[in-house]
Amino acid sequence: MSDPVSALQGAVSQGFARVEEIGPLGMITLRAKPGTKGLVVAIKAATGCNLPEARKITHAGANSCGWMSPDEYLLVLPYGDVAKALAAIAKAMEGTHHLAVDVSDARAVFRVTGPEADQVLRKLTPADLDAVGEDEIRRSRFAQVAAAFWPSEGGYTLVCFRSVAGYVMGLLTHAAQSGSEI
Amino acid sequence: MLILECPCCGVKAEETELAPGGEAHLKRFGPGSSDEEFEAYMFARKNPKGVHFERWRHAYGCGKWFLAARCTATLEVFGTYPAQTTEPPAELIAKIKAKRPDWKGWK
Amino acid sequence: MSARLQKGGRLIDRSARMEFSFNGKKMQGLRGDTLASALLANDQLLVGRSFKYHRPRGIVASGPEEPNALVALGTGARYEPNQRVTTTELFDGLTSASQNHWPSLEFDIGAVNNKLARFLPAGFYYKTFIHPRSAWKHLFEPVIRRSAGLGKPPEEADADHYEYTYGHCDILIAGGGIAGLQAALVAGASGAKVLVLEQTAHWGGRAPVDGDIIDGKPAEDWVRNALQALEAMENVTLRARSMVSGVYDHGYVLAEERIADHTPGDGRPRKRLWRIRAATVIAATGALERPLSFAGNDIPGVMLAAAARDYAVNFAVSPGEHTVVVTNNDDAYRTAITLKEYGLQVTVIDARPAPVGELPSRARALGIRIETGRGIIKVKGGKRVTGVSIGLQAGEGGAVEDIACDAVAMSGGWSPVVHLWSHCGGKLVWDADRALFRPDAARPPLNHDGSALVWPLGAANGALTADAALRDAVEQARLAVQSLGLDAGAAEAAIADPVEEGAILPVWIMPASAGIELKSKMWLDFQNDVKVSDVQLAAREGYVSVEHTKRYTTLGMATDQGKLSNINGLAVLADALSEEIPRVGTTTFRPPYTPVTIGALAGEARGDIFQPLRKTPMHDWHLAQGAYMEPVGLWQRPYTYPRAGETHEQAVNREVVNTRDRLGLLDASTLGKIIVKGPDAGKFLDMLYTNVMSNLGVGKCRYGLMCNEQGFLSDDGVVIRIAEDTWLCHTTSGGADRIHAWMEDWLQCEWWDWQVYTANVTEQYGQIAVVGPNARKLLEKIGGMDVSKEALPFMTFKDGELGGFPVRVHRISFSGELSYEIAVPASHALAFWELLYSEGQEFGLQTYGTEGLHVLRAEKGFIMIGDETDGTVIPQDLNLDWAISKKKEDFLGKRGQQRTFLAAKDRWKLVGFESLDGSVIPDGAYVIAAGTNEYGFRNAQGRITSTYYSPALKKGIAMGLLLNGPARMGEVVEFTAMTGGVSAQAKVVDPVFYDKDGEKQNV
Repeated sequence: MSDPVSALQGAVSQGFARVEEIGPLGMITLRAKPGTKGLVVAIKAATGCNLPEARKITHAGANSCGWMSPDEYLLVLPYGDVAKALAAIAKAMEGTHHLAVDVSDARAVFRVTGPEADQVLRKLTPADLDAVGEDEIRRSRFAQVAAAFWPSEGGYTLVCFRSVAGYVMGLLTHAAQSGSEI
Repeated sequence: MLILECPCCGVKAEETELAPGGEAHLKRFGPGSSDEEFEAYMFARKNPKGVHFERWRHAYGCGKWFLAARCTATLEVFGTYPAQTTEPPAELIAKIKAKRPDWKGWK
Repeated sequence: MSARLQKGGRLIDRSARMEFSFNGKKMQGLRGDTLASALLANDQLLVGRSFKYHRPRGIVASGPEEPNALVALGTGARYEPNQRVTTTELFDGLTSASQNHWPSLEFDIGAVNNKLARFLPAGFYYKTFIHPRSAWKHLFEPVIRRSAGLGKPPEEADADHYEYTYGHCDILIAGGGIAGLQAALVAGASGAKVLVLEQTAHWGGRAPVDGDIIDGKPAEDWVRNALQALEAMENVTLRARSMVSGVYDHGYVLAEERIADHTPGDGRPRKRLWRIRAATVIAATGALERPLSFAGNDIPGVMLAAAARDYAVNFAVSPGEHTVVVTNNDDAYRTAITLKEYGLQVTVIDARPAPVGELPSRARALGIRIETGRGIIKVKGGKRVTGVSIGLQAGEGGAVEDIACDAVAMSGGWSPVVHLWSHCGGKLVWDADRALFRPDAARPPLNHDGSALVWPLGAANGALTADAALRDAVEQARLAVQSLGLDAGAAEAAIADPVEEGAILPVWIMPASAGIELKSKMWLDFQNDVKVSDVQLAAREGYVSVEHTKRYTTLGMATDQGKLSNINGLAVLADALSEEIPRVGTTTFRPPYTPVTIGALAGEARGDIFQPLRKTPMHDWHLAQGAYMEPVGLWQRPYTYPRAGETHEQAVNREVVNTRDRLGLLDASTLGKIIVKGPDAGKFLDMLYTNVMSNLGVGKCRYGLMCNEQGFLSDDGVVIRIAEDTWLCHTTSGGADRIHAWMEDWLQCEWWDWQVYTANVTEQYGQIAVVGPNARKLLEKIGGMDVSKEALPFMTFKDGELGGFPVRVHRISFSGELSYEIAVPASHALAFWELLYSEGQEFGLQTYGTEGLHVLRAEKGFIMIGDETDGTVIPQDLNLDWAISKKKEDFLGKRGQQRTFLAAKDRWKLVGFESLDGSVIPDGAYVIAAGTNEYGFRNAQGRITSTYYSPALKKGIAMGLLLNGPARMGEVVEFTAMTGGVSAQAKVVDPVFYDKDGEKQNV
């Protein structure tokens, strides 16, 4: 089998902020309502993370668990750990109504870093960045596509669908052009 | 450009993050229903100048449908609430009645 | 003549000379100039021609309200027409050219219209170009188009880039004059997040020009201190060169920031569109001076009194050597005093019989000649002012004296800029004492909670003097702050020295009883050439509504949107109708306040990021192979892979033949894939699909149809059952998001107690179709899974490995050939595709695109959503009754299909067509029926839905809907042509043209 390749194979652009496509990264969509038997254990076993509250994202080392909706979580982990994590979830939640599915390849992930990284996002999303806490994940619109982002070391991590990775890279690069600082 | 607070995730979402879904609290009529019932379900829609109940989906956010009560003339939003109900919450109805004494009710 | 004065000029830097050009003529200006002040400093009074009569026009104003002085700026890729010289900051190397004239600004043939003015009255267009009808297209419209219009559109792509920024604040303050700054101090003290936007490059508005004294200091000092205080507040952001263009529902505010207009090519975005969400809005937008309506008020050299003052104080530019100031109020005396203090000659014509205020007294003390109770009867001159005739304001126009002068400064009073108040529904009240419309605090525009959204203050709220404006600013800003539940505490309130001003005398026509000759030369709307006589004519012809009069006369419809003309125009209309002004009312104020560049509205959406094109994992490979791509929804898909020298048609035929004879490879990644899981998933899918999915065996595939509640076909695809409680639904390429949303709608809003979860995994997989007689040979060669007929029969699937890749292999076919559709994780899809491509060469593998896919499926009579369906077609129309469950009590669309019209026997139904001469029948052609309908159109009895050249049959084949079609096999029918007549004759046949028994796919 070949090595997995991310949508843009690690494309980078440097303006007043640095934009970098990272990955491939492991991602699991886990659908279950809070309180579902085994949910807390499943998330812990799969990622080491605690169950996040509404709009929050929890971290454990490089792994994360984001609250996506009242019955959906996004688990972020190394690409190679997904099968193991899915098995752990299946075991912890056996017999309860849930859906866990590998979406690692359906996504593109970007890191936007630098002291003014926030400005890049402010140009593209109607979400109020000042209202997004350090421990929050926000799903919103970036120009014409859906995306989710959360604050991370030195800037933000942003996730979108794989098919529009090139478009989002173009957006972020345009927004980060030197001289266009807000 | 409305702002509606999504009752499912708590985000104050602006209109470009939402998708509209028409009138709320329609009762579905399937096989066995009369022509009149089916016509009403399919085509008869309220178009009030005033209080109106609508379906919205937080399409660019948590993806959940929710319902909103607002005034079509002033765009005042009386409240939003989850979609899993067949009628507006009583406290919302009371709030609207207090603000719009002439309102005839939601049905 | 207008000229640069030897001293003064608060905004210019005399040490920084700048060269610019106007109509090719080199001119000198100074840093800090606007293009307007620089042109005036060069005595360039004539700057353009009016829209209709091509009359010579000069600069009237000093700000965004300028109606006349629109020029084309720049050249080539930085050319932009219709730019107001008054808001254009001068830079070294600026090029500008006047517009709307031919052959030259000085000599314009179009000015003949001026001589014909009495033949071009209000409603001229409506009245004149009616007969004969054919003349409109061939004569009138071409001539009008050539002679009308303003600047020419750019011919090159814009060299600049633009962007959006989303802003969020508690209080947005529009306007950085003293009222706006005072409001910002109050708002800032409350701790609220404040954003202050000023449209010009300078803060302080009119106060420094007007010489106001605030807190005992010149206004300029107070402004500087206020800015310092505001900059020290972390919660306050100040942005100059940012024009608020509109206020919309729930505190949505649009503003245009001019970043690099005055520094072209420096790499910064030229403009930035701010999309702001403000909890509440303060409109500190000031007021605009009104012109006076006297004959010849449009001759170059006639300008607004405050503009004349601006040019003198800000830019040290004199409007002329002798300026006649004509007014009906005290404020214009500030202009007279200013010009006099610069050593220029001034005469004041005051329409009021006995002006008594502080300012007239000061003017008298300076020795300025003041004529009271008088007005200008007419202005003399052509391309520039040479003098005025004056007479009694109360009279009919008898001149008592001619005064030689080279400039006229007029003031008809001030109108608050209520645009931002009005955009979202704020109402106005007529203040008769001061002759102005101002915001009616009792009827504000409303916010999401029903409270007031906009707080007008200062001159925008009718508080025209500095002391009143500052007091109003504090009071209103406190209310705005309180509306957010905050407290401004001990915010400082500045106090301006009061200047006692006498009352204004409303003057709508000068002189009051002027005859038609004078009124035909009194301009209301300068840009659109609407005169007092036009509005009066409209009233006589029955236009009693101000909105109708606007459209009939074009009053206020120019690019300045009536900033100068609206109030004067409606006052004239009110007078003509013998109505009160407030009863006539204003026209609707709509955004934008001033024009916004299209580039700014487009923002970043241009070139590669114009729209999000969706790409499959194999996208770049397709491009490298020279694929011709076509859009399918937002997806980009290969249409065909033409080889050197091949037409697209030849390439498609080659791909189809090769797939039928040997082996084809198709990128089917765009196919929608939605997982449906849960104890109630089977029940749910049975409601969603017209057939039964709950009884599908694990490991099996089944084709299914989805309808909307009206019963019309909405989507189709193959459903597979992965596990006891898990299905995967394939949707059409464009349909994944729509169908996923459709599923969630029913689960969330109707059957919320059903235990079902869905996930859209469309992009998780690359999907590759291996199609043709050699398909099995290829998969057996790369190995890893038993793909034999026995191990993997038609309409089953299997998870496993092929060539070392994790795959799910489906035995399904959309071509009628032996076919495997293989899903592989997207991160491996390209590598797997390349493996298949190279290993397949020995079996004659060629890629094929969407057009080949269409031909293959049409030869087999397979329907395509969007071709055979258009939202009015039910599955029964397509002979798909076999896929509609008779047993199920309910499914989405079942009740809809029972409606009499849809259940009728005589519907247009799917058949195939074979043209008699083998040609391809035009797409969309109708099947002709006898007779005509009530509109005289030929009756139709069917239409083409898919039509292709079939390489297998070597002739044109088509699918289509035909009245009672299946009962009419063998009949010959005729089709319409775009040009009229008959395009083709065809035989009605079975839509399955190729391999009717399915022998090729089921091997």
